[in-house]
Amino acid sequence: MLKSGGRALLLIGCPEVPVQTSLALYLCSRLRMNGWEVVVAGTGAALKLLEVADPEGHYLSETMDLDDCIAKAVEGEIAFDICFAFMHSDAGVTYGATISSISSARIYALIYGREAEKLAEMVEYDCEKIVAKAVHNPAPLKIRLDKVMGWAA
Amino acid sequence: MGCIEALKPEVVLSRISFKEAREYIESHAPEVHHVNPGFKLFGEYLIGVPPIAIGIEDDNILFPFTKPCYGTFVLRLKDIAEVERLRLAVSEEMKKAIKGRGKRR
Repeated sequence: MLKSGGRALLLIGCPEVPVQTSLALYLCSRLRMNGWEVVVAGTGAALKLLEVADPEGHYLSETMDLDDCIAKAVEGEIAFDICFAFMHSDAGVTYGATISSISSARIYALIYGREAEKLAEMVEYDCEKIVAKAVHNPAPLKIRLDKVMGWAA
Repeated sequence: MGCIEALKPEVVLSRISFKEAREYIESHAPEVHHVNPGFKLFGEYLIGVPPIAIGIEDDNILFPFTKPCYGTFVLRLKDIAEVERLRLAVSEEMKKAIKGRGKRR
């Protein structure tokens, strides 16, 4: 089970697969409930989807541009204890590898989409893989996430 | 990585996997260096699965460039000063690594 508190990063990419926005807000909620300070780094469109869905900031707090986040992490301006890297494409795997290489955070790779299993085989860096063939329905990925994090009822 | 796009590099390959980009650079560039993610090239930090291959051909740099919604591209950009800076940075990194290995012995 995940310890409480600390600083968590959610690394989100292209929002073309619907489950990403849903799972990101769910993670923000769960982590904040457990005392984590959550930063979401993503593409402009991915962040807009979250901001529009949570106008009062009940779940979302700090956000930043994906590439700015990478730059600040390399420069040592920001650091995290844990990172959830969302990936449904080769580009997502590439960004996950980058954060894994430049950060000492424990990495959780959330792998989803139609090619989830094939994609998971490409993730060779040290991380906890959470894999589900989820595209429109976030439930399969949420179930696996809850199990790994110790949030299952 | 908006700055790199502003430099208007030549797009050699587009929307490929990162692995394909590495393989292309390694097999086509006469001089290849490997760096880690976060290496600075053209003022921007490189995104990639380590080891990231960067090629040098004449005064051009051949390098991978990943965009979240579009995948990876192989770009070619002519910049003599950046070629020299790359060679120097890679050689400095190598010296540090050798020194580090020596200390561990």
